[in-house]
Amino acid sequence: MSVSTCPSEPLAEDAGANGLDAIDRAIVLATQAGLPLVPDPWGAVGKSLGLAGEEVRARLHRMQQSGVIRRIAAVPNHYRLGYVANGMTVWDVDDAHIDRLGREVAAIPGVSHCYRRPRHLPEWPYNLFVMLHGKSQAEVERQAEALRERLGEACRDHRILYSSRILKKTGLRLARRPGPPR
Amino acid sequence: MSVVHRHRPEPAELDDADRRIVNRLQDGLPLVERPYAAVAAELDLSEGELLYRLERLLEDGVLSRFGPMYHAERLGGGLTLAALEVPEADYERVTAAVNAFPEVAHNYRREHRLNMWFVLATETPERIGETIAAIEAATGLAVFNMPKQEEFHVRLHLPV
Repeated sequence: MSVSTCPSEPLAEDAGANGLDAIDRAIVLATQAGLPLVPDPWGAVGKSLGLAGEEVRARLHRMQQSGVIRRIAAVPNHYRLGYVANGMTVWDVDDAHIDRLGREVAAIPGVSHCYRRPRHLPEWPYNLFVMLHGKSQAEVERQAEALRERLGEACRDHRILYSSRILKKTGLRLARRPGPPR
Repeated sequence: MSVVHRHRPEPAELDDADRRIVNRLQDGLPLVERPYAAVAAELDLSEGELLYRLERLLEDGVLSRFGPMYHAERLGGGLTLAALEVPEADYERVTAAVNAFPEVAHNYRREHRLNMWFVLATETPERIGETIAAIEAATGLAVFNMPKQEEFHVRLHLPV
């Protein structure tokens, strides 16, 4: 962690292209491992940074409005909730139709993530990635079949890559940015 | 830094209140003054019981995290998905080598010729290329870099 902030000193307004200043980044660092489980979490975060709880809440609100924060929420462990089949489905979709079809597929229930990514020919012809989650592989296969029908003739080929082992899961640690000059 | 090889955990036993909490809190905590009290009232629980159960759900690994979910690129960072074709005999060595990079946030074995898939998160977009080069040097394998070109949807919600 390299953002150093001294709570008693006023922080420089150095908002970057993403509109975040040093105080916002300090809040990101203080909350990326999780939000405190106490009745007033905003106050608890503020206390560690020398800020009022109201200011923390207002800034989190602003970051959520601007999309820097997707939401403040529980991240489930798929397996512990019984979602033992987690398939990364990959599709070779006609480039001329992928933007329309990607949006359509994204609206299908069960789809959690849906992205266009580059092909690596000849080894990897797939350009649409869709994550599916089910309580069995049969359920994921039914979901994939629904996707196949939706994609129709624009889709040449597809695969389901199941995860068979979690090798590492530390979550994203995204705020390690160069701090203010020391 | 953990280089723990975690296998797939068993499904948890949840009672009705746990299930309501898990379902409700995947949708998001409201940014109000006493947010847990507000959610507890919706779920017909006391604030104290919600906090107690939430702590237990995290300790038991039913939830892997609770807090703000940040958008990597909008925070100014770099993010990509990458894959390796790892020879079976070399799988453990390559796993250790890849996991040793703090930029590797998630790493999964998947059943395909490309059998190792990991997410890289870096402080700046420029660092992605450098990290990939360093992983290629450390593993002796070519990294398939698959950055997203378009995001159609991101919303994980697993009802229980």
